[in-house]
Amino acid sequence: MAFDDQVKRRFNVVGTRVTRPDGIDKVTGKAAYGADISAPGMLHGRILRSPHAHARIVSIDTSEAEALAGVKAVVTGADLAMPEDADFADVAINCLARDKALYDGHAVAAVAATSKAIAKQAIRLIKVEYEVLPHVTDVDAAMKPDAPVVQEGRALENVPAGKSQNVTTYCKFGHGDLDAGFAKADKIIERSFKTAATHQGYIEPQACMASLGNDGRGEVWCCTQGQYMVRANCAAVLGVEESQLRITASEIGGGFGGKTSTFIEPVALALSRKSGKPVKIVMTRDEVLKATGPTISSSMDIKIGMTKDGRITAARGELRYSGGAYPNFTVEMGAQAAFAAYDLEAVETIGWNAMTNRPKEIPYRAPGAPTAIYAVESVVDELCQELGLDPLDVRLMNAARKGTLSSYGPTFNEIGLVATLEAAKAHPHYTAPLGPNQGRGLSCGFWFNFGGNTCVSLNINDDGTVGVVEGNPDIGGSRASISMMAAEELGVPYDKVRTVIADTSSLGFNDITDGSRVTFAVGLATIEAARAAIKEMCRRVAKIWDIDEDAVIWEDGAAKPAGPNAGTHPPMTLAEIAAIAGNTGGPIAGHHEVNADGAGVSFGVHLCDTEVDPETGAVKILRYTVFQDAGKAVHPDYVEGQMQGGAVQGIGWALNEEYIYGEDGRLQNPAFLDYRIPVASDLPPIETVILEIPNPGHPYGVRGVGETPIVPPLAAIANAVSRAANVRLTELPMSPPRVLKAITG
Amino acid sequence: MVRVKLWGSLRAFADGEEWVEVEASNFKELLDALVEKHPGLAPQVKRGVSLALDGVIYREAWFTKIGPENEVILMPYMVGG
Amino acid sequence: MKTIPVATTINGDETEFLCHTDESLLDVLRDRLGLTGAKEGCGTGDCGACSVMMNGRLVCSCLVLGVETEGAEIETIEGMAKGDTLHPLQRVFLEEAALQCGICTPGILVAAKALLEKNPDPTDTEVRYWLAGNLCRCTGYDKIIKAVQKAAAEMRAA
Ligand code: FES
Ligand code: FES
Repeated sequence: MAFDDQVKRRFNVVGTRVTRPDGIDKVTGKAAYGADISAPGMLHGRILRSPHAHARIVSIDTSEAEALAGVKAVVTGADLAMPEDADFADVAINCLARDKALYDGHAVAAVAATSKAIAKQAIRLIKVEYEVLPHVTDVDAAMKPDAPVVQEGRALENVPAGKSQNVTTYCKFGHGDLDAGFAKADKIIERSFKTAATHQGYIEPQACMASLGNDGRGEVWCCTQGQYMVRANCAAVLGVEESQLRITASEIGGGFGGKTSTFIEPVALALSRKSGKPVKIVMTRDEVLKATGPTISSSMDIKIGMTKDGRITAARGELRYSGGAYPNFTVEMGAQAAFAAYDLEAVETIGWNAMTNRPKEIPYRAPGAPTAIYAVESVVDELCQELGLDPLDVRLMNAARKGTLSSYGPTFNEIGLVATLEAAKAHPHYTAPLGPNQGRGLSCGFWFNFGGNTCVSLNINDDGTVGVVEGNPDIGGSRASISMMAAEELGVPYDKVRTVIADTSSLGFNDITDGSRVTFAVGLATIEAARAAIKEMCRRVAKIWDIDEDAVIWEDGAAKPAGPNAGTHPPMTLAEIAAIAGNTGGPIAGHHEVNADGAGVSFGVHLCDTEVDPETGAVKILRYTVFQDAGKAVHPDYVEGQMQGGAVQGIGWALNEEYIYGEDGRLQNPAFLDYRIPVASDLPPIETVILEIPNPGHPYGVRGVGETPIVPPLAAIANAVSRAANVRLTELPMSPPRVLKAITG
Repeated sequence: MVRVKLWGSLRAFADGEEWVEVEASNFKELLDALVEKHPGLAPQVKRGVSLALDGVIYREAWFTKIGPENEVILMPYMVGG
Repeated sequence: MKTIPVATTINGDETEFLCHTDESLLDVLRDRLGLTGAKEGCGTGDCGACSVMMNGRLVCSCLVLGVETEGAEIETIEGMAKGDTLHPLQRVFLEEAALQCGICTPGILVAAKALLEKNPDPTDTEVRYWLAGNLCRCTGYDKIIKAVQKAAAEMRAA
């Protein structure tokens, strides 16, 4: 499938800016999101959470809550199955704690009642006896041998002996002779960095409505990035069979990776099983911030050597990530991505994950990469400053390109980094004048991208319209892109195609919407499904014309004779073929099932101008430009939207957003008021430049675009601020007090 | 025979070797042969590995064809956001 | 707890409902009246997803009590289009791809309409400050600001 022989380079529909099919519903308030539906007889669920960072649960007494009028069910961890598989078991104990509460906000019990108010009152009547344990929330502290142990016996076989039991993952990547490389350097800089955990910050809190009978049959409506993932988790945690659960994904109010796990659906199902009624659970913002996926927090050491003309001679990184209270592998991706933008003779990256008493990390756009690349790009920038070199020229000189042995192992083939850097260099932004207290920063970014398991079913309707059924929730306009690719391939207008997202009982398995896979993988499967339908239509027409199947071709939405030898039949359009499908062999459809590969890595470059107020330490973003290779931009508006949205999330990560823990291990800022995400008045326009360097692994050349844009902002802004303030900032976020402290020393 | 490159922290389970040579014509045979040769790799293989074949990342595809002319690199299994 | 009868006008229609004294207008709209266009992103007045108009003023409906709306005129996203004709802001938001997931969109549209009624020709900065109470996590705001300006220009020309 990769390196498709039917690569297409001229498009009628792809690349245009059509209106999205779900648009009207979303501007009129009709679209139904997770919390927007109700069922007759529905109960309201609410979850009791641990107020302690780390505590043994000695006992839970639910009798008073159960006795309250209107309470129909109370559940605790004992009401869920304990799956054997470690990942499912982690989902189960994260949904409802068993013997220990592992972080402030960890769910310990839940109730279902006839009203929200009664449910709220009832959880206060649950008596939990805790034995408070020592806790640890900082990654460096958690790695110390005498640190409080979050969970015992979770370290992988590859973690060297003598570490704290909190250390669960160790990894190492790289090649070449570091000592020889550093010996060749004229200048070596070694620095340590720290970054705070941040949250995906989707505006829609997790919400679901679930119903489960004691026959094991259930239905769930929920906002998720993957209904099949929810099904698998619920089946494992409830001990029921997947075929018995039908999960429908609602419209989703943002995810960014944060809705790739399950927190409330199994709880709602357990409450429903016990009460015999449908149960709705809607998380509060406080719960979202305390108990759903923040990203990792990190502590990192980076050492890079450079010659005085700007060639990097060796690079080494050590990353210490904490993915919260459970084993976590995000550091593996960070360690692989850290130096991916560079062509290096000698490079080594080491990664560690340590458990802390924080919520379970859930992937956030390009998981692991932004922090690692922030640290690397900061050191590269400082070397450029110290050696008096142009930071863009240095990146161009050292840029990974076709044939480069990447820092994570493989040799790159066609990649777009150099073109992206050159576009940045040629852009007027790069040479625009700067004023006092202003600085310009830049950073490269990288993400792997991948495809994954995908099913698509495409139906030719009898009136000549087309229905596409796919299984990935539409986070950012993917239904439009999928319809566009189907229309392109079939040669029909975009508005003849309608794409819907199937529930788990209506279509085969699909991986979650993650890693920028949907436009790539679902698009690819849609194109293949369309080709299967075309093949069938040509076969039908061949029968009608009584010629060979191979003598019929498909062009501009119609079957045509392949050449003069095939006869002089007038073309038959899709609609004409569809109208007589019953006469020619029955309904016409195409489908495709694949585990797609060949997604193609993606690079981006961001340029940023900032002004630092020397009196307050406040940072203002003056100008921001994103350059990114999209392979082929199916719908340019939504590609730009991904680039702009990712950049602004990165701006938040760089400047404001952070999980702040108190001495008591409790989260200090679980509200949008003080977990401050960027607002419109914080920002300038986000300019975008899309490059289109076709991905050979996709028939239209598409690459995933959603992950990469969150990667460069952290360093682009840190570099701009460091240059504006004349002091190197090494900790995120660069909130005003931190910047002020750096300035005043 | 195909040569497969192991990432740094896997090498401890393969007698310190960076490149391991095994008889295999696809990804599945490669994984089986690796585990047979170096049983210490079994836990990681079970957790999941990706395969970079001439620079293209394959996450799970057992029957991806590989031959001596290909560059074959093991990578940890990846997730996204 | 007792419920209290309240009489209001919602999107031009006289509407009566019963609610508890501690219930927010947002809860009333969503849970009692089935008007789920206003969204709850925070419940604390920090995200603007629940924005509605009350007696001509832009409010966070999560911060207004249902019982406070006795005799009030409420306008929600559900009343913004006239029949099958979208308000220019709604149409331009679609044309300019000013939404991705769309969860912030009802609140932003209500807020933007309120702005343009007060100030038909705002600067970009004025739009950005007016919408500073409406969080959008998907778009980076760029296309939202452009869409508001384009709709404003159309509305001035009309
Ligand atoms: S829900 Fe009212 S401001 Fe967020
Ligand atoms: S479009 Fe998703 S929050 Fe604004």
